[in-house]
Amino acid sequence: MLTSRAAAARTAAALTALGVSALGLAACSDEPDDGKTHITVTIDAGLEQEAIDAFDARVEQFEDANPDIDVETQEYTWTAGTFTAQLAGGTLPDVFTIPFTDGRGLIERGQIADISAYTADLPYRDAFNPNIAAAGEDPDGNLWAIPIAAYGQGLHYNRTLFEAAGLDPDAPPTTWAEIQTAAKAISDATGEAGYSVMTNDNTGGWILTTVVNALGGRTEDGDTATIDTPQMREALTQLQTMRWDDDSMGDTLQYDWAGINQDFASGRIGMYVSGGGNYGNLFTQNGLDPDDYGLSILPLAADANAGILGGGTLAAVSPDAEPAEQEAAVAWIDFYFMEKLTDQAAAVADAEVKAETGQPVGAPELPVFDKATYDEQQTWIAEYVNVPVEQMAPYTSQVFDQPLLTEPVSATQEVYAVLDTVVQSILTDENADIDALLETAQADAQAAMDAAA
Amino acid sequence: MTTTDTRPAGVTGDQAGPRKAARPGRPGARLARATTGLHTLVFLAPMLVVFGVFSWYPIARAVVMSFQRTNLVTDPVFVGFANFQQVFADPLLWTAVQNTGYFALLALLFGYPIPLVAAILMSEVRRLRGLFSALAYLPVVVPPVVAVLLWKLFYDAGEDGVFNTVLGWLGIAPIAWLQDANAVMPSLVLEATWAAAGGTVIIYLAALIGVDPSLYEAAEIDGAGVWRKLWHITLPQLRGVLLITFILQIIGTAQVFLEPFLFTDGGPANRTLTLLLLIYRYAFTNSLGGDYGAAAALSLMLAVVLAAFSMLYFRLTRSWSS
Repeated sequence: MLTSRAAAARTAAALTALGVSALGLAACSDEPDDGKTHITVTIDAGLEQEAIDAFDARVEQFEDANPDIDVETQEYTWTAGTFTAQLAGGTLPDVFTIPFTDGRGLIERGQIADISAYTADLPYRDAFNPNIAAAGEDPDGNLWAIPIAAYGQGLHYNRTLFEAAGLDPDAPPTTWAEIQTAAKAISDATGEAGYSVMTNDNTGGWILTTVVNALGGRTEDGDTATIDTPQMREALTQLQTMRWDDDSMGDTLQYDWAGINQDFASGRIGMYVSGGGNYGNLFTQNGLDPDDYGLSILPLAADANAGILGGGTLAAVSPDAEPAEQEAAVAWIDFYFMEKLTDQAAAVADAEVKAETGQPVGAPELPVFDKATYDEQQTWIAEYVNVPVEQMAPYTSQVFDQPLLTEPVSATQEVYAVLDTVVQSILTDENADIDALLETAQADAQAAMDAAA
Repeated sequence: MTTTDTRPAGVTGDQAGPRKAARPGRPGARLARATTGLHTLVFLAPMLVVFGVFSWYPIARAVVMSFQRTNLVTDPVFVGFANFQQVFADPLLWTAVQNTGYFALLALLFGYPIPLVAAILMSEVRRLRGLFSALAYLPVVVPPVVAVLLWKLFYDAGEDGVFNTVLGWLGIAPIAWLQDANAVMPSLVLEATWAAAGGTVIIYLAALIGVDPSLYEAAEIDGAGVWRKLWHITLPQLRGVLLITFILQIIGTAQVFLEPFLFTDGGPANRTLTLLLLIYRYAFTNSLGGDYGAAAALSLMLAVVLAAFSMLYFRLTRSWSS
């Protein structure tokens, strides 16, 4: 019988609810009346102690500079499911991060605080790359959420597995056909997955869209879903070939973002596609051996529409924050996320703390301002850079020349979820019919977009 | 008992006396009744508050929410039956219904008889019964998430996965337990049965201990063998417990969530998408604010169906359980 576990889960849920309520009541009554503005900010979940120490050092610096603000920290990692629950439950910290994709939607629905009165006073307000600032602006151009980082998708690869397969780790694949060939070589020589893709929690759709973009396709045209395209067919056909003919995708075929990072860092994956700034997560949360790491650009098809899918992170403020807390929150975002991009002393202080505590400095990003500002910031922190920049050169030397595409804007996560199913079907069903899958996906994606309109 | 005597069987005239003395109209009786009512209320109050706050109020809120469009941040809008229509129009609903039904069927085939057989075998053991009971119950005390993570290792699709290694010894090719469309649901049921059977074994063992040994002795004198004793004494004596565990099993499996959520997230390609997982997806997979109205609507429909099924079941089996 399978009910005792359900009963136990219900009991646990009830006790948890009681506990959470008690904690919530305690939290309400415990906030000291010390005349300070109290804000809660996020720290990545699962960090090594050195990274936590580095963060705490930055908090102390902020509190010293702002004696009227008290900062509490809360572990946080953005995932669609947990973020939605926290948003609905009102348990988000005062300052939190969200992907570019969600900025406009949350602003339209009034689900984040309107901090535009405070962001308008930031000295670099007008210096943002307009395309990037748009992710955090309302239709009138008011900045509700601050872009703190941008990335372009890249090809992460394991240099050690490349060498074991007789491949040159300094000459990563430059076409999708070469990726397929390298994947088979790695798989045959090492028994590990030559190439893996994410499949779960909407990441399957995210990566499939990335590949389609690199081949010159799009998944939407205004309010119309464009799932069934030659580029989509090409991407799926290659995936099918690698999975079933080449057998180069290993034994684990279902991954979310955290899972694929974990397996890549532990040497079980030869190549995978993800954001170019992933090194920080791979190193600090998954114990990556820096010697293993390689990063290159995604191959772009000879098509005028081909480009790399970009994305980024916005810092936003809880809709429950009072005006004083909103102002303090913007001060924190300015101090923790932005000053290191615009102010030499802040950039050096940040890099110094990270370097002293063994955290990565110099992992590649795309500029949220202009390229010149980014290059200048890189020179400020050059002496503290401790990531294997040579191994990332295939990416950093070329990514700025690649056309950067934004993520789809209509029902983005729902369409990604629809494409998750397509990717999973290709990888787990040897007889998967691409025609049928795309017909269903096209209808489902259009329905999702219509519902969101 | 005569037709004019409406006392329950076993209630004597002396026991019935105080009821007569408590007729309305006598001040002492009214006071006693009021005091008793107050005491009852005082003792009930904590339970009423806890149930009210954590069960009844959320249930009422969910019913209201099923007729609203809300993101729980901005003001809700009443939309009538639109959420229900949306759920019925979702092709994934029927996928989830089929998957949930399949899980329930497999769990019924494997998860229902196994504890009964185990309990009967254990009840026959004279020595070390306590040890066997403890071993059977052990998986129940393993935290469910830990158990699933443990079984994920067992189910590793590679040749060096635990189960695949065993299959390799027998010359059988590795199975992609959680990634093969045909193998994934039985894999989930296997773990779920392992994890939950112990609790039911204990219930059956307790019921078996209550069976009058003289029934077996009489049957042996009449020449009954093991199977006839099982069929004519054990199972009939467990009838009431079996009927209860059956309906609890159906309700439990109709609400299966943990295994598909943690093992496969509904995959591959929605092969393990269950009703509760679909409700979860409605509510939580859109980071711009979940469709809580649709989630509440499907929750309400599931609750109504299960309640109707339970009532029908107890009505149909009323004569068996008496």
